[in-house]
Amino acid sequence: MLSIKNLHASIDGKEILKGVNLEVKAGEIHAIMGPNGSGKSTLSAVLAGREDYEVTEGSVTFNEKDLLELLPEDRAREGVFLAFQYPVEIPGVSNVNFLKIALNEIRAYKGLEPMEAKDFLVRLKEKQKLVELDGKLASRSVNEGFSGGEKKRNEIFQMAMLEPKLSILDETDSGLDIDALRIVAGGVNKLKSKDNAIIVITHYQRLLDYIVPDVVHILYNGKIVKSGPKELALELEEKGYDFIKEQVGA
Amino acid sequence: MEAELKTMTTKDKLIAEFESSKNSLFDNIQLREQALEAFSKQGIPNRKSEEYKYVNIELSMKGDFAFSSSKKLSAKQIESTQFLKDAIIVVIENGKFNSESSKVNSLPKGLQILTISEAVSDESYTKHYTKYADINSDVFIALNTAFASGGVFIHLAKSAVIETPIHIIHISSVSENTILNTRNLIVVEENAQVQFVESYETVDLSAKSFTNTLTEIVVEANAIVSHFKIQNECELGSLISTTQVVQKGKSVFSNHTFTLSGSLVRNNLNIVLDGEHIESHLNGLYLTNGNQVVDNHTLVDHRKPNCNSNELYKGIIEDKSSATFNGKIYVRKDAQKTNAFQSNKNILLSDDGTINTKPQLEIYADDVKCSHGTSTGKLDVDKIFYLRARGLSEASAKKLLMHAFASEVLDSIKGMEDLHNYLEERISKRFE
Ligand SMILES: Nc1ncnc2c1ncn2[C@@H]1O[C@H](COP(=O)(O)OP(=O)(O)OP(=O)(O)O)[C@@H](O)[C@H]1O
Ligand SMILES: [Mg+2]
Repeated sequence: MLSIKNLHASIDGKEILKGVNLEVKAGEIHAIMGPNGSGKSTLSAVLAGREDYEVTEGSVTFNEKDLLELLPEDRAREGVFLAFQYPVEIPGVSNVNFLKIALNEIRAYKGLEPMEAKDFLVRLKEKQKLVELDGKLASRSVNEGFSGGEKKRNEIFQMAMLEPKLSILDETDSGLDIDALRIVAGGVNKLKSKDNAIIVITHYQRLLDYIVPDVVHILYNGKIVKSGPKELALELEEKGYDFIKEQVGA
Repeated sequence: MEAELKTMTTKDKLIAEFESSKNSLFDNIQLREQALEAFSKQGIPNRKSEEYKYVNIELSMKGDFAFSSSKKLSAKQIESTQFLKDAIIVVIENGKFNSESSKVNSLPKGLQILTISEAVSDESYTKHYTKYADINSDVFIALNTAFASGGVFIHLAKSAVIETPIHIIHISSVSENTILNTRNLIVVEENAQVQFVESYETVDLSAKSFTNTLTEIVVEANAIVSHFKIQNECELGSLISTTQVVQKGKSVFSNHTFTLSGSLVRNNLNIVLDGEHIESHLNGLYLTNGNQVVDNHTLVDHRKPNCNSNELYKGIIEDKSSATFNGKIYVRKDAQKTNAFQSNKNILLSDDGTINTKPQLEIYADDVKCSHGTSTGKLDVDKIFYLRARGLSEASAKKLLMHAFASEVLDSIKGMEDLHNYLEERISKRFE
């Protein structure tokens, strides 16, 4: 589904990604861990199409398409979804209204008619339930005045509404209380199928107890320096990043 | 004579026009002469005039102008400007009240609508006419007072509550360059309640129209008045629109000004809070593009204690257009416990657009709460990216954000659903 080869990206002339390689197949869950500033959010922003980053080398293919050639909206329409580490507040734009526009633009891209109002409402209700999002939050302006945890939950609600093929969850667990973590992770698991894939970026093993990854990667200084089974996350939790630093000789 | 006219300045031409036509103006010759003198003293503003430095008045008034137009609009053209489902319609066509197109028969009890010529003998009219708009304070007030013709006098009796909004449609269509000086007086007596919509439209212009319109509004104690101005001038239309308001104790007045098009639009909104426990709301939205020039000057004059004023003006500036916001707030020595808030926010969409914003607070009382804020920025790239990352095209992301920006002003319209919907539609079209 996703194939990243030797990806280099920089911002303001500073290289952040220094040759990332990653293969994700349909039906898989990958976790990316790594110290602050190692480039995790940069990787997700580059995949989502943020224009501030300049890709200087490498390639990204998504379902046989050159992802880097696509506009951000076309990446979303192809099925890439990024749950932001820091979701922005958009006063005056209602959550529901913007999701309706998003859904219909995605459908138009695929040559489909706009969704019937009734079907939209049904989906809205169903997905709201899935992540136990308060109906009041769904109809408010996008993230405006939401608590940190509510914003994260709203990201997963949007993911549920748009039904993407590849979801990148950038520290969706940070800011969630214990119950919310369980609910949100439960929602993500319900959205999981053999046809879609998820990349979870996290600092904590906690989340991976709920969303169990097939592979854990460690991103360090702009490169994936180690990949392994889910036990790698446990090892990290125990030993911290020092053992990685030693291994890569930093 | 021809040659002589060509070398005359606009000011000279206006004075000559006054002299030759003053005998045919029906009322108040003395007052008009004083106004002309005040006009003559102040002169046509130029780029050096502090109050008008961002609008090129000289240019818009250049050339020869007529002072009335006999061009008739079709019933259909007039009808097309009626966007309220249910309203008392007052049509002012080329500066003159058009009784045929207006719907002012069988008015609700307590409401009176008269033409200015009918009103001259009215007691309330003579009591209030020209008492608030000071000819020495502004050249266009002076010019309007000297030349005023057409227009209407609207009177609401004590405790009259009019549910149906009154829609004053200013519509012009001229075939030679024309200056129109329309004048309205609205008197709302104690405890009365009413909503006014004044819309300005130009249709089918084949020459320049320069409209200098002045509306005086008297809001007596405990009255509640909402006043909306919708400005839809076309590219050949220039509009100077002055609204002079005086409020008495415990009254509530709110003004919404929507400037959607026009080559040059200057709004002067002056509110005097002459009583205690008064509430005033000033809301404005201007969407400018092309070479348009829009200038909003507001003045909120707190003269007595315990009053609140709240002002929000927002603008989106595209292309080479320019927008000005100048907000004066005076809090006089007696006006203790005043709350006065002002905010002006702008989105500049192009590098060639200009925005001039100037809050001017003069506070002479010590126990007051006043604040003002201005901001000018581009559309937020993080928000655009967020929306695009959800599948919205860049264009629809921007449209949605502009709409969200404008909706703060739009949504402050309360209880006028069809007006809200009409504006919503107009504004959405603009963002396409
Ligand atoms: N505009 C910029 N100019 C220079 N450096 C930048 C810029 N933006 C980001 N960086 C740097 O890029 C590096 C990677 O940042 P990134 O946000 O990808 O880290 P991260 O792995 O997501 O960290 P965290 O775990 O704290 O979320 C950081 O060192 C950051 O300071
Ligand atoms: Mg990060």
